[in-house]
Amino acid sequence: MIKDITIGQYFPGKSLVHRLDPRIKILLTVLYIVMLFSASGFLGLGLGMIYLIIAFLISKIPIKMMLKSIKPIIPIIIFTGILNLFFVEGGTVLFSWWKLQITSEGLRTMVFMAVRIIFLICGTSLLTYTTSPITLTDAIERILSPLKAIKFPAHEIAMMMTIALRFIPTLVEETDKIMSAQKARGADLETGSVLQRAKALIPILIPLFVSAFRRAEDLALAMECRCYHGGDGRTRMRQLKAGVIDWVAVAVTVIFMAGIFVLNGLLPI
Amino acid sequence: MSNFIEVQNVSFSYINDFEEPPIKNTVLQGLSLEIKRGEFVAILGHNGSGKSTLAKMFNAINLPESGKVLINGMDTLDENNLFDIRKTVGIVFQNPDNQIVATIVEEDVAFALENIGVEPEKIRQSVDEALNTVGMYKYREHAPHKLSGGQKQRIAIAGVLAMNPECIVMDEPTAMLDPVGRREIMKTIKKLDSMGVTIVLITHYMEEAAQAGRVVVIDNGKIILDNEPKKVFSQLELLKSVGLDVPQVTELTHSLIASGIPLKNDIISEDECVLALYELLKKG
Repeated sequence: MIKDITIGQYFPGKSLVHRLDPRIKILLTVLYIVMLFSASGFLGLGLGMIYLIIAFLISKIPIKMMLKSIKPIIPIIIFTGILNLFFVEGGTVLFSWWKLQITSEGLRTMVFMAVRIIFLICGTSLLTYTTSPITLTDAIERILSPLKAIKFPAHEIAMMMTIALRFIPTLVEETDKIMSAQKARGADLETGSVLQRAKALIPILIPLFVSAFRRAEDLALAMECRCYHGGDGRTRMRQLKAGVIDWVAVAVTVIFMAGIFVLNGLLPI
Repeated sequence: MSNFIEVQNVSFSYINDFEEPPIKNTVLQGLSLEIKRGEFVAILGHNGSGKSTLAKMFNAINLPESGKVLINGMDTLDENNLFDIRKTVGIVFQNPDNQIVATIVEEDVAFALENIGVEPEKIRQSVDEALNTVGMYKYREHAPHKLSGGQKQRIAIAGVLAMNPECIVMDEPTAMLDPVGRREIMKTIKKLDSMGVTIVLITHYMEEAAQAGRVVVIDNGKIILDNEPKKVFSQLELLKSVGLDVPQVTELTHSLIASGIPLKNDIISEDECVLALYELLKKG
């Protein structure tokens, strides 16, 4: 049913990865990205792969989910692969035809880049698989809160994201209702050219917008009644605390990073 | 005992700026009302009678054009009192969907306390208490959009209750609910009443108003009746003339009386009615 849609790709669970402090998880993801980009050879990437596999095993996310996250980026991988294959020069020429030639270096770069992109996507999806959108928003607010000193609206942005997340299911349900209502009055939403179908959406979008504004007004009133006055002097019920496990995770990640730098120095292939 | 809520000769009007010249729509005119601490007052009136406008006067959302509203002695016109007044009087609105802010039940209940700046441990304690009072504790980690209307409205009540207000104003809290949800809310309201919370219930369900300790009827921005439910609902003709109904059982007993059957004219609940009819039939 349309009501049951999930936002983002959160996969609920109680594993160690799920329970990590979301701020630490964001930090780890950033470190992981740095790790992948600093690896200059396949051995370094291999180390990144080991890290990724360990994280996935701990998180108990099914392998199918990981493969699903790669699917949408296959065209990008192919596109960059082709560019790398034909335009990177160096090494021995393996194949040449007209103005195009494939070199051993080109082949290596193609594979290297493809593997790097795949790892990148898998690693970052692990963050969204194991962290609910609301926790993520919370963590982003706290990470950005030092920027309040330079008038960066960290609280406001987080509040907007929270309200948006809260109202997505409500508005989806409403869209469903309006669509049924318009269909009952003879609106044709399924047939015709793309342009016709786009036009048929207008009688759905207008009531939806009107109602969204009405809801916004109600919500603002209800928030005011509950003493909302922006982020100043606000406390939070749920406190984020980075525990021992979080720091162990950071330490392990740093060790992996160091490993990659060492490999880069020793075996730069 | 002094009055907890004091509305003194208040007038209020909405101004429609879109028209030229602006149209002034007077909603309340010289209205006065006193509510004592711990009372359960129902406010009745047909659509546009000014009852919702009045409700928003109680926590400084609407400010009087002339006259004064005092909450526990605090004047709503004084901005320094704003948060103290809103902590004292909470409002629950009609549409539960439009007053829930967070995506997790307990986070939403905590919202008001977070705004006031209460320490985290105390928030946790008040949130748990409020959720227990409305009977939604076991749903604390659920997503609000998966709950029923009555459950959502109870969450909204808990969200206000967590502030530990002395008074809760409910602006047609059951208007968008099914009969089951309506019963849940009435049960919650009665529980709050028994806990000593002052309750102002705005409604157009006569059966709900009949359960209050006092009924105030508003028409065209003026109070036309203000008495205990039995006395108010015995004024059948007056109520009908301002577009209101009486509880079904009252209507029934009044028509029975009109056709010459000896019954009391102040019956407002089903149980009373059943008992009276039983007595009547027993006599033969």
